[in-house]
This record gives sequence, structure tokens and C-alpha cells, in this order.
Amino acid sequence: MSDIVTKEQIRRPENLVYSKTKLLTDKALSYCPGCGHGTAHRILMEVIEELNAQEITIGIAPVGCSVLAYEFMNIDMQQAAHGRAPALATAVKRLMPEKIVFTYQGDGDLAAIGTAETIHACNRGENITIIFINNGIYGMTGGQMAPTTLPNMKASTCPYGRDVTTMGNPLRMTELVAQLPGVHFVTRQAVHTPSAVRKAKKALRKAFDLQKENKGLTFVEIVSNCNSGWKMTPVQSNKWMEENMFPFYPLGDIKVDGQLVK
Amino acid sequence: MAKVKGDIVIDIEKCKGCEVCIAACPQEVIAMAKNVNGKGYHYTETVNEECTGCANCAIVCPDGVITVYRMKN
Amino acid sequence: MKELKLMKGNEAVAEAAIRAGCDGYFGYPITPQSEIMEYLMYQDPQKTTGMVVLQAESEVAAINMVYGGASCGKKVMTSSSSPGISLKQEGISYIAGAELPCLIVNIVRGGPGLGTIQPSQSDYFQSTKGGGHGDYRLIVLAPSSVQEMADFAGLGFDLAFKYRNPVLILGDGVIGQMMEKVELDEFKPRWTEEEIRRNTPWSTMGKLNNRERNIITSLDLDSHKQEKHVAHLRDKYLEIEKNEVRYEEFQCEDAEYLIVAYGSSARISQKAVELARAKGIKVGLLRPITLFPFPKKPLLNYVGKIKGILTVEMSLGQMIEDVKLAVECKVKVEHFGRFGGIIPTPDEVVVALEKQIIGG
Repeated sequence: MSDIVTKEQIRRPENLVYSKTKLLTDKALSYCPGCGHGTAHRILMEVIEELNAQEITIGIAPVGCSVLAYEFMNIDMQQAAHGRAPALATAVKRLMPEKIVFTYQGDGDLAAIGTAETIHACNRGENITIIFINNGIYGMTGGQMAPTTLPNMKASTCPYGRDVTTMGNPLRMTELVAQLPGVHFVTRQAVHTPSAVRKAKKALRKAFDLQKENKGLTFVEIVSNCNSGWKMTPVQSNKWMEENMFPFYPLGDIKVDGQLVK
Repeated sequence: MAKVKGDIVIDIEKCKGCEVCIAACPQEVIAMAKNVNGKGYHYTETVNEECTGCANCAIVCPDGVITVYRMKN
Repeated sequence: MKELKLMKGNEAVAEAAIRAGCDGYFGYPITPQSEIMEYLMYQDPQKTTGMVVLQAESEVAAINMVYGGASCGKKVMTSSSSPGISLKQEGISYIAGAELPCLIVNIVRGGPGLGTIQPSQSDYFQSTKGGGHGDYRLIVLAPSSVQEMADFAGLGFDLAFKYRNPVLILGDGVIGQMMEKVELDEFKPRWTEEEIRRNTPWSTMGKLNNRERNIITSLDLDSHKQEKHVAHLRDKYLEIEKNEVRYEEFQCEDAEYLIVAYGSSARISQKAVELARAKGIKVGLLRPITLFPFPKKPLLNYVGKIKGILTVEMSLGQMIEDVKLAVECKVKVEHFGRFGGIIPTPDEVVVALEKQIIGG
């Protein structure tokens, strides 16, 4: 065999090491360039594929940037009203305990309008997986302040920065729900670098494995960027996220096996 | 030991030119193209033969436009 | 074999739902309908039929649980009373938009606001004209007896699945709280997963390899598609108006005057008809059973045969607008009502008939 290898020789099916999962449709994602939603969608669907669970999985995405998630995830999907996905998921799982059920919610959805539905689904220990994408802003409606917007961070409804004395403090919903006995596994991840993506995918896999074992609610936060809302390039926004979001929303497991991580 | 030979295929029509893959590539294989695709985005392209098929680019690509190949030996 | 029992209206609708093969109930306590969930929790049908009963954290959560369950082709229901039904309107609009079957029970109390816990019929507009946002209709069934509370659970589910549309049972505190003899249907088994997949091929029970994924949504950003969808809803509502009008007539054959009333007002009006007849007044009662679709044609048929119509409602007068539209304003139509939780007496109705219609 010659030392010179052509591209044609490399691009053979037997050499394939990575391609987009069939559990994503071929439709181009509606998200902005560089947005973490796409990566989160992909690893989520990769996990469902690995579990061979396409036929038993029901996904629920409420209002927010991911309202059109059903266009991209090639599984049965329900589109919920703003904040209400955990209520839908509760019913779906109670009525069909043998199915795998997840919600995919943004921070405005989960931590503002849907706070009650989220906390109570967690508190009942519903055997579902909540995937929480936190980018500290309302992306879909054009960059307004979210419950998770950092102190002094600018958004279109706090153009001079979030003043916590009048606008309240950012809400760490993930730490909050970790306190509840019904919640079994809570972790905070990111999807902006290859190693972060690999860890986030492992966390998702763990959450769904635990759901299959009927362990109770599993909660995976993914801290993500919103370069359009933050008014940065995607690469800049990932750097800004590391420097500003991660200190406030530190990555790692928060609750494992029903026990808070010290 | 023979050098690992890898290659990537980019679906340039779905690429949005976010450049996240460029930062993720340890071999500096990827760069922005001067041309734009049908949506008007500058897309990414490979600029050398150093690809090892590590798949880092594909793993961080938000739009899942990168397919990765690696020679077995 | 049918079973005879003495029950409250609230208990009857709950028991009938179990027997109709209901898969899930999701509710939140509010007077005067809390007995529905209490009865279900006490019966604990999860152990017998497998029906899920869950007390939600709010009316908002409860209707969205119904939305999730209905999305899976399950027979699901909720119940509440007026202020709680207001909270459910967002979810009801989504359910109507996504064309899902479900059963909603409203045991109406006097409003507006927190109002009173006493019976009222002041939610007629909300029930029949939409209630939430957007162009949609509910199928509205108005029981006037405990028996009908039971019968309409099964009928409600049948209509909901036939048309993929939410069905509302519009009762009131009288119907919910009073006890009567009720004949209950036999238990119908709940649908199996195979039956649900066959009966509701649109449902999200998990994407099998032999079909495309199913999506439950009320969203279409393409306005042309959304217009098409709403036009489809209109056609469905027209079909419902053609097929599903239900009403009852009492002593109408020789009537010179007509009382139109639904629910508990119809029971009171039936007595008023008897009292008036004893005085020599030829009056009949037309009781709409479906409020949407409203019995427009049967009412129009009275034009030229009667001299006037009195509508009796426990409200400021809401159904009267549909009655006037039905008779195309060719007959005098007047409203008599008590409201704020007060129930009219048959004597009051006769006086109103004499003053407003016969003497007026």
C-alpha cells in the first residue's frame, strides 16, 4: 500500500467515525449561528438513539427558541404552552409509565413563567427528565431580561444592566430543585467545547438511564450561549460564558443518587 | 507508527459559519471560506491534510454539518 | 346491567367517567365541584380500571396535564368551577388549536371575580363563544339532572374523539350538589395501546418505525398554513352544528309562548310552565341540551307560531343573544334572570312571563 492516501480512500463507510444521528431530521436548524441549542439537540437525540428508544420516547418542548424542536427531533413530540411542559410530561408519564419522557425548556420558560409547574413536577418526583437550557436571556422574543440574567448584565429590558435592587436576583433554579426529595439527579453542563459536549452527553445518558430505572426526576441544566442576544460573535460568546456565566452557574453534578454533592 | 489519516466532509449549504469548529480543531485544519453558501453564510472548509479524524469539530458543530472519517490503521 | 344509585351530580360525572373508560383525571380543588376529585380519589380507580387521578398544583397545571394526556390519545378530563375555568382558558385554547379530544366539567358559580360559591349560569359566553384566545369552539353540553351529568361523561368522550375537539359539560352548583337517582352504564374497558394507536393515528405514543413522527402543536408560523388550519376548524364546527344539535321540548305543541332555558333554569322553568298552564297560559319550554351547537333551527321553526319568548337564565342574560339570532329577531324575546348566586323560583318566572311577554 502506498504512503499516499487519497481523500476517497479515507471517506469510505468503514472509516466513518462521526455523522449526524438519524434521530435528527434533515431540516436546517432555525437557531442562530453558533447557538448551543443545536448541539444540545444533537447529543440528546444521540442518547435516545444509543438507548434504542426512538419508539418509546415522547419529547415536550414549550415556547421559547426551542418551540420548533419538533421540526428537528425525529421522535413523537408535543409543543406545550409557555412554562407548562412539566405538566404535560407529568400526565404523559403517569398515563404511560413504560415510555421515556423529557421536557426541553429554556430559562424564561422554566425559571419564570413555568416555575410552579417545574417545582411541583420535581417535588412530586415525576419520573421524567427535564433538560434546561440556560442562556440568561429571552432569545426568541429578541433578548429581554430573563430570570437568569446575571447582575449588571445588559438585555433589551434592562438596557443599563440588571439592577438587582429593583429587578431581582438571578434565580438558580437548578440548585433550588436539587433540594427537593423527589429529584434524584441534578447536574449542570455546557456544550461549547468538545470535552464539555462529551461530559454533557454522558450526563444526559445517565439521566435517561436513571429514568429507565424509575429513580425519580432527573434534571440536566445546560448553560449555553446566546450570541445574538448577548450581541457577540459565537466564539466571543463562548468565552464570555466561561468568564461570566460559569462563575455564577458552576458546572458539575449538584445531586447524585438522591444526595446533594458537597 | 503510521500517522493517523482523517478527513471531514462539511455540508456547506447547512453551515452557518459560526467558527466554533475552528476553535475546536487541534490541527488547525479548518478555516472560513471566502465564498458564501445559498443562505449567504461564509462556510468552513479544510485547508490542509493534517486532519486526524478526532471529531472534535463535529462534536461542537451546533448544526451537525460535519461528517468525520478516520483510517483504521 | 345498569346500576341504580343515589348520587350527587358531581359524584355521578366522576363515576360515569370511570365507567366510560377514562384514562386520567387532573384537577384542583374549588367549590362547588371538589366532590368530583374527592370521589375519584376515594374510589381509587388506578387499582381497578387503571385510571390515573392526580391533584395538580393549579388549574393551569391541571389543564396542561390534560393537554399532555390528550396528546397521547388518552381519554382525559379535568373539572373546575368558574374562576378555575378562567385559569384554564390558555390550555383550552391550545387543546382546541391542536385538535385534541378531552372532557372539561365546569360547575358554575356566581361571578365575576371570586364572586360567590352559589350556583350561577354566568359563564355562558365564556363557554360558547371561545373563552380563550383565537377562533375556536367547544362542544358544550348542559345537563339539567344528575342523570345527565352521568350520561354526558360518556357522550362527551364520544363527541370529543369523533371530532377531535374539547367537550365542556356546563353544569352549575345546583346540578353538581343535588342528589338524585341515577342509572349508571356498565364499565367500558379502557383502550389498550394498540386500540389507541388504531383509533388515534395522530397521537404521540412513541414513533414506530413504520410511520413518520407525530407532532402535537397549535403553532404555524406560516400564516397561509395557519389560515388553512383555522378554515379546517370552521368546517369542523359547521359539521358539528349540522350533526350534533340536541334539545328537548316540553308542552310546546299548542304553545303561544315559549320559555327557553338550559340546565337548572330549565328545571325551574318546567315547573313554571305547569303553573302557567294551570292559569290557562299556553306556554311551552324549549331546553337546549347542546349550547354549542345551539338549536337555532328548532327555534326558528317557532317563528309565526308563537307570540313571544322568555329566556330564563341565572345571569344578566347571555344565551338570550343566541335566541334572538336564532329567531332572527322576528319574535319578541325578553330575558328574566336572577344572578350573583340567587336561584329564581317558578313563581317569579310566571310573573316575568306575564309582565314581560304577555302583558308587555
